[in-house]
Amino acid sequence: MTELAPAPAAPSQDVKTFADHLRAIEFDARMVGMIAALAVIWLGFNWLSGGAFLTPRNLWNLSVQTASVAVMACGMVLVIVTRNIDLSVGSMLGFVGMVVGLVQARLLPDLIGFEHPATWLISIATAVALGSLIGLFQGALIAYLAIPSFIVTLGGLLVWRGGAWWVTQGQTIAPMDSRFRPLGGGIEGAIGTSASWAIGLVICALIVAGIAFARRRRKRYGFALRPLWAELALAMLACGTVLGSVMIANAYALPAGIARRLTEAKGGTWPDGGLVIGHGLAVPVLLALTVGVAITFLTTRLRFGRYVFAIGGNPEAAQLSGVNTRKVLMLVYGLMGALVGIAACISTARLNAATNSAGQLDELYVIAAAVIGGTSLAGGVGTIAGAMLGALVMQSLQSGMVLIGVDTPLQNIVVGIVLVLAVWLDGLYRKRLG
Amino acid sequence: MDMTTPLFEMREISIAFGGIKAVDHASVDLHAGEVVGLLGHNGAGKSTLIKILSGAYRADAGEIRVAGEPASIASPRDAKRYGIETIYQTLALADNVDAAANIFLGRELLTSWGTLDDSAMESETRKVMGRLNPHFRRFKEPVKALSGGQRQSVAIARAIYFNARVLIMDEPTAALGPAETRQVADLILELKKQGIGIFLISHDLHDVFDLADRVSVMKNGKVVGTAHVRDVTQDEVLGMIISGKCPPGAVAGPGALRG
Repeated sequence: MTELAPAPAAPSQDVKTFADHLRAIEFDARMVGMIAALAVIWLGFNWLSGGAFLTPRNLWNLSVQTASVAVMACGMVLVIVTRNIDLSVGSMLGFVGMVVGLVQARLLPDLIGFEHPATWLISIATAVALGSLIGLFQGALIAYLAIPSFIVTLGGLLVWRGGAWWVTQGQTIAPMDSRFRPLGGGIEGAIGTSASWAIGLVICALIVAGIAFARRRRKRYGFALRPLWAELALAMLACGTVLGSVMIANAYALPAGIARRLTEAKGGTWPDGGLVIGHGLAVPVLLALTVGVAITFLTTRLRFGRYVFAIGGNPEAAQLSGVNTRKVLMLVYGLMGALVGIAACISTARLNAATNSAGQLDELYVIAAAVIGGTSLAGGVGTIAGAMLGALVMQSLQSGMVLIGVDTPLQNIVVGIVLVLAVWLDGLYRKRLG
Repeated sequence: MDMTTPLFEMREISIAFGGIKAVDHASVDLHAGEVVGLLGHNGAGKSTLIKILSGAYRADAGEIRVAGEPASIASPRDAKRYGIETIYQTLALADNVDAAANIFLGRELLTSWGTLDDSAMESETRKVMGRLNPHFRRFKEPVKALSGGQRQSVAIARAIYFNARVLIMDEPTAALGPAETRQVADLILELKKQGIGIFLISHDLHDVFDLADRVSVMKNGKVVGTAHVRDVTQDEVLGMIISGKCPPGAVAGPGALRG
């Protein structure tokens, strides 16, 4: 067998199929499919709304509205990859948001003073710490007491929603600290045009450096390299997307009154014809992107992420290989909780109020975003970028329907149908791939 | 062959699941460069005994000794620290990740920054797979896309890459074709030459008689007896497996038929 096998194998290496070429450039057909679906949705709504969808203003708002769900979807991917689920994130968001509101609007003003410069930092730290604690606790019940995650987090859904009411007996807390509010977007949460360009250029530099670095590494080990044209095209596509986004965010002008106040505050004079000052990127969007990059790094470059996927693929194998599967599972829920903490800050800041109904039904949007983004409920498969894109698809549907004036009940019907359809199509695609 | 201190010894091991004694005062040993066949019906307790050795289960009673020293094996990680590697019948591969990720699972190579060194792991994988299965090309694909034989070689690569002293092979050829079975047999002889002790669990008496130096037979959780393959016939071993009757050429264990 050893002598004979190479002969028939040789020709198949010369004749490369189209699929081989795609594999050589590590072309992700699934991701491209999602982007195409998103493009169809955007163009469709743009047509239906008479051009109101693809405006800088709408796209900017869309990105801000997506942030909170996108942050949580990153954690949900890990949870679902380990063959578990978390139904409690929406309620947790409500509870953590209420506590954050209580801390910054009632507790901290008494302790360190009203509008203290540290208030926003303490608020975020509180939210992340509380979210992590709740997550770790639920994770411990799931991992060490072997209670099914569906049940633990279904319990959590009821408990934390009740808890959110209990914090203030149902009262809404408002307003939030002025340094905390930028987390939610809005005019104070836009970082301005020059800062946006700077960030965009830094991201582009990082993308190019990352691609070059990976290529050098592969060369060092003598592995097959992607063709140079593919690398260049990829780099240009990525940088183009980044700079295009910056351009759109910068093209969304501030209201004239605010632009004027800003100019005069800087010591400038307001010309007669007025000035156009762009919003620039929004803080919550940058926060969500940072979370996405961080969790992607965690899942693809660190041991922890490797273990998460191995557990999803075969829990017994992971355990027999010496992976402490229970600890990893508990930490996954801890991480999910921390991300809920961040999302709670974003949505509390965006509303400029803490209400006990915040985050209602978010668990379903988060799970839907992860699943539309290609996370398999059977475990072991999923990407962070996919889930974030999934969140954008969900939010695009929702705001698009609001824009063209679809009634709320019909909106839910459409979103529900799209979810089922997307998962069915994904299943077909996977089956065909083998 | 050094017959003084066994490389590895399990003494009077017992474990019960819900009142059923899966393994009952079982003792087996293994010397360096020796192949010991572990035989018995389904449910005889072989796999359970082996899982105690590989750290998947903890024995209720009994002692494990490595090179004469008592060893405490509470987890798969401990077992690997003693150089005990296992190839499970189910292969125990994470199907959704590639060969390198499986081979290094739990023992990843890291860069100086503490991140996964995928290139180094792939490079090592290419080396070890080049030895085991020179035609293996699908390094980037999830293990689920591989054939039975390829999956088997990934599982074997994982066991031998880390310089095992004791190798446990649970039905290593059950899922393989004749050519691949031959390859595994050659590999066993090769590893034996390197001084690795091998526990071979198999249904196939021919296989065991070809490869093993000694056989231990289990029945109902107890060891029926242990014998050198030259001292017993295949029929006698079959008798041990089926009726628990210990032939004169074997050393009787607690599970041997009385009278």
